[in-house]
Amino acid sequence: MELLWRFLLGGAIVSAFALIGDVVRPKRFAGLFGGAPSVALATLAVTVVYDGRTYASVEARSMIFSSVGFILYVYVVCRVLASGRGRAGWVSMVALGIWGIVAFAAGWVLGWSSA
Amino acid sequence: MIPTVNLAALRQARWCQFALRFVLGGIVTVCTGLVAQHWGPVIGGLFLSFPAIFPASATLLEQHQNEKKRRAGMHSPRRGRDAAALDAAGAVLGGFGLVAFACVAWLALPVLFAVGALALAGLAWLVVAVSLWWLRRHW
Repeated sequence: MELLWRFLLGGAIVSAFALIGDVVRPKRFAGLFGGAPSVALATLAVTVVYDGRTYASVEARSMIFSSVGFILYVYVVCRVLASGRGRAGWVSMVALGIWGIVAFAAGWVLGWSSA
Repeated sequence: MIPTVNLAALRQARWCQFALRFVLGGIVTVCTGLVAQHWGPVIGGLFLSFPAIFPASATLLEQHQNEKKRRAGMHSPRRGRDAAALDAAGAVLGGFGLVAFACVAWLALPVLFAVGALALAGLAWLVVAVSLWWLRRHW
């Protein structure tokens, strides 16, 4: 049941933010919604119900670090596309490695400091 | 420039694009929950800012812009790429909002009601992202 709630709430919130991004102008303002906390809102809402607020708070602390990875990821995608190299789909998929490296490093540091 | 709403953009979108985003968003949220169940909240929390939907959105935006230009008789892929780059530039500012969201949620969740804490965190995202966009436009 918990997974079903996660799926429905996650899908609904992601779709809602994407829809707002589709209809607002100018384009850079619409882009803000590409960095909306859609998955985070859905996850934290369900986590609070099933695991409690303290557990959700620990998840939010980890999110601070991986959000830095998100900023680096979209910055690199922006620079590469603006320079006229590559297609958006490929560039945005390959650059996911940047987010992965930052998240892995953050996970290692956080795991090591809490051990 | 004041942001505006263009509802006509909805008529240009296909239902399968909405379905794709819904399913992707749902799958990522489920996976985030499964990671947290298996490896704990410290590792699970890292996936709260996983850019799951961004590659799909950038691809759809590029295709949509190129298609629009093709119908107008222009065949350069540059327009679609530029639109995706602008979208990414906005997402950078939204990313700073994500940091604000996470900080507020981390501090507020243990001391406030969950709904209030998440609403406050969402407000922090909005204020930081829109303020940075406004500053970027004027300076």
